[in-house]
Amino acid sequence: MSVRKKSISPVLWPLFGLIALVVLNLVLNHGFLKITILDGRLYGLPIDILNQGARGLVLALGMTLVIATGGVDLSVGSIMAAAGALAAVLIVKGCGLTLALGAGIGLAIAAGGANGLLVARLGIQPIVATLILMVVGRGAAQLITNGEVVLINNPTFEFLGNGHFLGLPFAPLLAGGLFIAAHLFLRRTAAGLFIEATGDNEQAARFAGLAAAHVKGLVYVFCGLCAGLAGLMAAANIRAADSYRMGENMELDAIFAVVVGGTALTGGRFLLLGAFVGALLLQTLTTTMYNLGVPPAVAPVPKAVLILVVCLLQSSHARRWFGGLFKKGGVA
Amino acid sequence: MNEASPGPLLQLRGVGKRFPGVIALAGVDFTVRAAEIHALLGENGAGKSTLIKVLTGVYEASEGEISFEGRAVRPGSPKEAEELGISTVYQEVNLLPALSVAENLLLGRQPGLGGFINWGATKRHAREALLRLGLDLDVEAELGTLSVALQQMVAIARALDLNARLLILDEPTASLDEHEVAELFKVMRRLRDQGMGIVFVTHFLDQVYAVTDRITVLRNGTLVGEYLTADLPRLALVSKMIGREVNDIAGRSGELPAPDDAAPVIIESRGLTRRDALHPLDLTLRRGEVTGLAGLLGSGRTETARLLFGIDQADGGELKVRGEAVRMASAREAVRLGLAFCSEDRKSEGILPNLSVRENLILALQGKQGIWKTVTRVEQEALCAHYIAALRIKTPDAETPIKNLSGGNQQKVLLARWLATKPALIILDEPTRGIDIGARAEIEALIGRLRADGLAVLLISSEIEEIVRNSTRVVVLRERRRTADFQGHAIEPEALMRAMAGASPVNGGHS
Repeated sequence: MSVRKKSISPVLWPLFGLIALVVLNLVLNHGFLKITILDGRLYGLPIDILNQGARGLVLALGMTLVIATGGVDLSVGSIMAAAGALAAVLIVKGCGLTLALGAGIGLAIAAGGANGLLVARLGIQPIVATLILMVVGRGAAQLITNGEVVLINNPTFEFLGNGHFLGLPFAPLLAGGLFIAAHLFLRRTAAGLFIEATGDNEQAARFAGLAAAHVKGLVYVFCGLCAGLAGLMAAANIRAADSYRMGENMELDAIFAVVVGGTALTGGRFLLLGAFVGALLLQTLTTTMYNLGVPPAVAPVPKAVLILVVCLLQSSHARRWFGGLFKKGGVA
Repeated sequence: MNEASPGPLLQLRGVGKRFPGVIALAGVDFTVRAAEIHALLGENGAGKSTLIKVLTGVYEASEGEISFEGRAVRPGSPKEAEELGISTVYQEVNLLPALSVAENLLLGRQPGLGGFINWGATKRHAREALLRLGLDLDVEAELGTLSVALQQMVAIARALDLNARLLILDEPTASLDEHEVAELFKVMRRLRDQGMGIVFVTHFLDQVYAVTDRITVLRNGTLVGEYLTADLPRLALVSKMIGREVNDIAGRSGELPAPDDAAPVIIESRGLTRRDALHPLDLTLRRGEVTGLAGLLGSGRTETARLLFGIDQADGGELKVRGEAVRMASAREAVRLGLAFCSEDRKSEGILPNLSVRENLILALQGKQGIWKTVTRVEQEALCAHYIAALRIKTPDAETPIKNLSGGNQQKVLLARWLATKPALIILDEPTRGIDIGARAEIEALIGRLRADGLAVLLISSEIEEIVRNSTRVVVLRERRRTADFQGHAIEPEALMRAMAGASPVNGGHS
């Protein structure tokens, strides 16, 4: 296999962004990368970023596949809330942990299935179909919790959000493991090809004998599953299910992570690694701003700027344009 | 009535349009005089729509000159073309169905003052514009509530109101009934008599003879010629459209075996039908035979292929594959049963543009094997190496995105995609359309090899020589039904053409 050097891998741009951000942090705070070991566990800012970013990573994983088929899923934030709420209420009611987790995940899968049905079978625009569940899901979450914040006191459940495994934080390990498992499944079986084919030209995929509608439906189910898992992780992390705030705007972060990672919204080729780096980049930025004391109300602005810069870097059009400016400036 | 008209209204000289890897139009001359109805004819891919898009500013011509009313022009957008006086009415009316007739007619230029619309004047103006066409409509009605025919009339009225001197009607009659067509023709004649030049694109030959004064025929992006309608018999017109000059005898390959009625039947249809697509059709395709499916555009060729391959579902008749009745509910089922279908629309129904040649090539095979039984990377590369060599696919390597290949090479990859599934029947819909001569000869040679290897081939082509050169049997479709069949030495261009054109006398046929 020859490696063609003509095109730069789109994963490199968010990686540059991540590195730049880390450098900026190091300049502002020399101890940024410092990791300490307490009681055989790792602590430090990078660990915080991984821990807080784990949910975003899991969401980005599901979102990557949906976007690869040319769709989008706006309902993941609400599915998070609903799944987290259901699990929390069941735990508080004294049901077994397995049942509670299973019910949360089951609800999320059902929600994903509903999205898939609307998009793949009934041919509704993904943005509209998932918008429905985005609204309904949050309402359902509030119905489940009766509009209250449900506090959870269950150390085993909490492990999902704050636990350590072999000294390493469990949540990012889980997210990373999922990425690796998904990568192996998608690339070792034909699933990845089927998804990319469906996203690149659905009609041609159908003409070639692929079950394009099934493929499209199933990615929403998987995306729902990821959202449910992220919801459980979020509830475990704060030891509570806040049906009002949980997963709020997370769908946008997930979409950003995927796009910044080089997967086009038009569908086709997807880059799991890109989405992984993209999600980390976003979380690093959020943490950085938090540490710099940027008020939360203003925080979206730098985020938007960063996303814009990475997207411009990825566009060969924009690169050429900037290159042209640079050349002119240099000569004059 | 138009013999003595002064300088032409519109004149194209050597106009060409190139897309990466495809020449859509090359060196075409096209002249429309004032006060004439001019038919622009050609089969699919002949370049009609490209020519129209160049005229209306959707595409920019790569070469050549356009002059309109004696001035050199180069419309850069549909709006610019309209301002010049060139208006187009498309088959799918592109107006706003939720707005009123009057609003559609005057959209963007309603009379009024300081941003306020003078509704009284708007309606009056709209009414007058429609009366010019002899139409008395309620101008406040929502456009979407009108029939397609009336919507088209509104579109024409809008064009006239924009002071069009050249009106392009792009397949306006495709969805009209007989009476509506007659009404449209009345309007067209009236406009012609008022001095307008009209370009009429259609694939209904009866209509060409009913209403036009001149005909320009395009084929494969080049000009075949311009004729007076009255001087061009229907059979001659058909032969010009499908590309066979009367004295050019297509060589029929001597190797073609006689059809063998004892050869095993791969697929058989009895009364297979679908509303608005195909009248009940009997068709038997046998192992080791190439069955040519001939017919003009709109005769039901592609519809037949889509029914056989499960893209569309029949609503009557039966289909048997190797003697067993099947329901053919999807392309997936068709592939599982050993069928393959190279669609005529490579771009939207064939290639996955951004994926590699390798991925495009193995797609159908992998689809057939399902998600778990993967074609290993080693097998994939072996398949690619084999087909790239065997079909002489010109590509830097198997990892190049297929969109970077020329049309002919894309087509070969798609052929390879199907051959890799080892099909029993392959349906080739216009396999050589839009590809260069060299690749064309190679694909025809391949068809012969597939036949010799024992495949059943259904060859759909609008090029009559291609059918004659390669088929052991031929079925002719006309107006969505089987009208004739030929085999062996009876497969002869003249006879096929007669069957395709239907009635032979000029201006014949039904209205």
